[in-house]
Amino acid sequence: MSKKDPTATASVMRPEIGLLDRRRFLQLLGGGVTVLFTVGDPLALAQTGRRQQGEPEDFNAFLRIGEDGRVTCFSGKIEMGQGIYTSLAQMAADELGVPLSSVDMVMGDTDLCPWDGGTFGSRSTREYGLALRQAAAEAKAVLLELAAERLAVSLDTLSVRDGVVVSRGNAARRVSYAELARGQKIQRRLSGTATVKPRNRHTVSGQPTARADSRVKVTGEAQFTGDIRPAGMLCAKILRPPTHGATLNHVDISGAERIEGVRVIEDGDLIAVLHEHPDVAEKALRKVRADFDNPRTRVDNSNIFDHLLASAPEPELVTEQGNLNRGRRLAVNAFESRYYNHYVAHAPIEPHTAVAQIEGNKATIWASTQTPFRARDAVASLLGLPTENVRVITPFVGGGFGGKGRNQQVMEAARLARLARRPVQIAWSREEEFFFDSFRPAAVVELRSGLDGDNRITFWDYDVRFAGRRSSEPIYEIPHYRVLSRGSWREGSEAHPFKVGAWRAPASNTNVFAMESQVDIMAAAAGVNPLEFRLANLTDERMRRVLGAAAESFGRAFAPAPSGRGYGIACTNYQGTYVATMAKVLVNKRVGQVRVERVVCAQDMGEVINPKGAQQQIEGCITMGLGYALSEELRFKGGEILDQNFDTYQLPRFSWLPRIRTVLVDNPDLGPQGCGEPAITPMGAVVANAVFDAVGARVYELPMTPERVKAAVRRS
Amino acid sequence: MERTFHFQLNGRSTVLTVEPDRQLLWVLRTDLALTGTKYGCGESHCGACTVLVNEKPVRSCQTPIRAVDGKEVVTIEGLARGDTLHPLQQAFVDNDALQCGYCTPGMILGAYGLLLATPNPTLDEIVAHMDSHLCRCAGYRRILAAIESASQIMGESGS
Repeated sequence: MSKKDPTATASVMRPEIGLLDRRRFLQLLGGGVTVLFTVGDPLALAQTGRRQQGEPEDFNAFLRIGEDGRVTCFSGKIEMGQGIYTSLAQMAADELGVPLSSVDMVMGDTDLCPWDGGTFGSRSTREYGLALRQAAAEAKAVLLELAAERLAVSLDTLSVRDGVVVSRGNAARRVSYAELARGQKIQRRLSGTATVKPRNRHTVSGQPTARADSRVKVTGEAQFTGDIRPAGMLCAKILRPPTHGATLNHVDISGAERIEGVRVIEDGDLIAVLHEHPDVAEKALRKVRADFDNPRTRVDNSNIFDHLLASAPEPELVTEQGNLNRGRRLAVNAFESRYYNHYVAHAPIEPHTAVAQIEGNKATIWASTQTPFRARDAVASLLGLPTENVRVITPFVGGGFGGKGRNQQVMEAARLARLARRPVQIAWSREEEFFFDSFRPAAVVELRSGLDGDNRITFWDYDVRFAGRRSSEPIYEIPHYRVLSRGSWREGSEAHPFKVGAWRAPASNTNVFAMESQVDIMAAAAGVNPLEFRLANLTDERMRRVLGAAAESFGRAFAPAPSGRGYGIACTNYQGTYVATMAKVLVNKRVGQVRVERVVCAQDMGEVINPKGAQQQIEGCITMGLGYALSEELRFKGGEILDQNFDTYQLPRFSWLPRIRTVLVDNPDLGPQGCGEPAITPMGAVVANAVFDAVGARVYELPMTPERVKAAVRRS
Repeated sequence: MERTFHFQLNGRSTVLTVEPDRQLLWVLRTDLALTGTKYGCGESHCGACTVLVNEKPVRSCQTPIRAVDGKEVVTIEGLARGDTLHPLQQAFVDNDALQCGYCTPGMILGAYGLLLATPNPTLDEIVAHMDSHLCRCAGYRRILAAIESASQIMGESGS
């Protein structure tokens, strides 16, 4: 990244700092006003969710106003496209009363930034952002005290604009933050006592703001982990098993060793080929002759659901109300369905990458990760170093979607760097990415529900296997319900043939598909249009308002399905963000192809920090969601992964793009909720419901491939 | 057997002695330290490694260095003139046509190749040409808007 560019401030821009402990870093920061927190501060706890366990008191900076008046915010979160590099800076700028252009972000550096549990769950704004706002309010309070003293005026006459403190009624009495910070060395602990600005006084937050990271990303200067190259670095390629569960029988490395400049490292089960150039290492790896014993597992993606149904653990109760038997007796019309989801890959275009450099008893790691602090702890444990001797730096991350939290590649790089006594880069190939991904779990939902004579839902009996419980609670007014969940993406269940994990809005994509399909089935059986049916069974005013906003923007009247027009609806509450999505599809019954022509999405996420950024996230959710709805299914046979690249594993493309309209539903009374995930969750159901409306055929299995659509048409 | 190759890289004469079968992507990224060109799939499916060779977009992950001998190569680092961004780069900035940014250099070079061959493409032509470029953040809508707007601006300025 260019040194001239003021936006280019990810921590990789500061290589001159090198390895330092935090105390020394704060000394080096020198003058200015710094707001720190210690583990155990109430706000820090709220932000990190970390509990005190008799750990030594540690501290980190939230933000600093430097002697040049520039504001530096430190966040353990990482930027992977979701736009918090911009929106967090907006929050700090607003609270301090400085222009956005004078805020720099340092993110995902474990030496410099506050401890953080990881960037996932659409939590950055609602948790870290609010803590940052508080820190900014405290820094401003300090600066105002200094200003009152300097200007010899009373504190309550002061106001701030563009980083300049002015005394009311006396414009000559003014002093800038830069002047105030100069010569100062104030380090203030977060007390949580300063008052943050009310929302109606925000001038930066709430404004549609262009991304701050665009310029470096269009010039190629933006650094991703694979672009980091410490002196002497070797690129490593690791011998991989052909299938999950395979064990190495015999290996012959002599072919690789014959290639000039190649080093081969054998350490127990780890066999790696290293060279200065990654392509030469790759070529050398192909010369390694290895013989593996493959396990005899018979599960594949055609019998996976039977296997999962047979292997599901005992259920946990998520929520219940009333009495299901009573609810069943009240029903005049009962419905029973099973919904299926296949395994889905994260498939970020940047594969997992890490660089490890070990110098003496200190290690520096650059990693494409959503969890830099977890990576630090894991490396420290692997290398037998105290955590403060390990620094993880997170450059820009080329997409995560929940898949970059496990840090396998970080451990591989650290292990090899120690063995090689040289800095080592691990950059997975696309095939490795498809092999070691922690896939969205295949899952099955069993759902029974019923309607009374007035088309009110009387009972809801929900049983989800392997997806997880998020978004499984009913959003409709139902007197008798029970929600059970067995297994989840969180638990590395033995039932899966490979690793599973969080995938953008974990569990919710599966649950919303099942729930909102079932609601549509009931609406169709009742002969009521799906919008009216939902509104009649909803008392939650926020959900009604969001549905209303989507319907208004959609601008087409719904009719009882199947109307032949291909209109669908789905709505949900994702962790406090309300979403209603409407779509129009075209279905080619003969070939089973579904084309999504138009999508409208209304979202109420409380306070919106960057409306432009929010729209980008919603558009991305809609378009990415078409993948799991229509084409994305990981095919495998036993432990062998059959989809290894983008030729067979089909991601959404330009030509799939529907016309998209997003509606941000204003909700000024609610604090900021999440935005990176919610709008992807209705995509399976909204498309399935629109397909039913188009051709009267219900698809119960995602993705809705042409074969499945044709089969559903034949059944209908 | 290493061989010496001569080519124009971002307007500069470049001489390099390397194995002829090494892919351009890795030579750019490692030997020449131009890391703006990205690896995404290694098999030409995603477009992240796209560069221009004699004004035509090619996948540098499947282009051996011997294939660019005597030719002109343009990478993302060669588009801006000093501090002034190329109209396509500026249009990507103005339209927020990126999220994680990893596919962005390949998108811009792919689009540049299209606009060099077809100065005022229709939306359908843009979609058809760009359909082999993948963006997992799925920011396609804004990327299309950026390419359309750059096409107009470049048409007006004749650049």
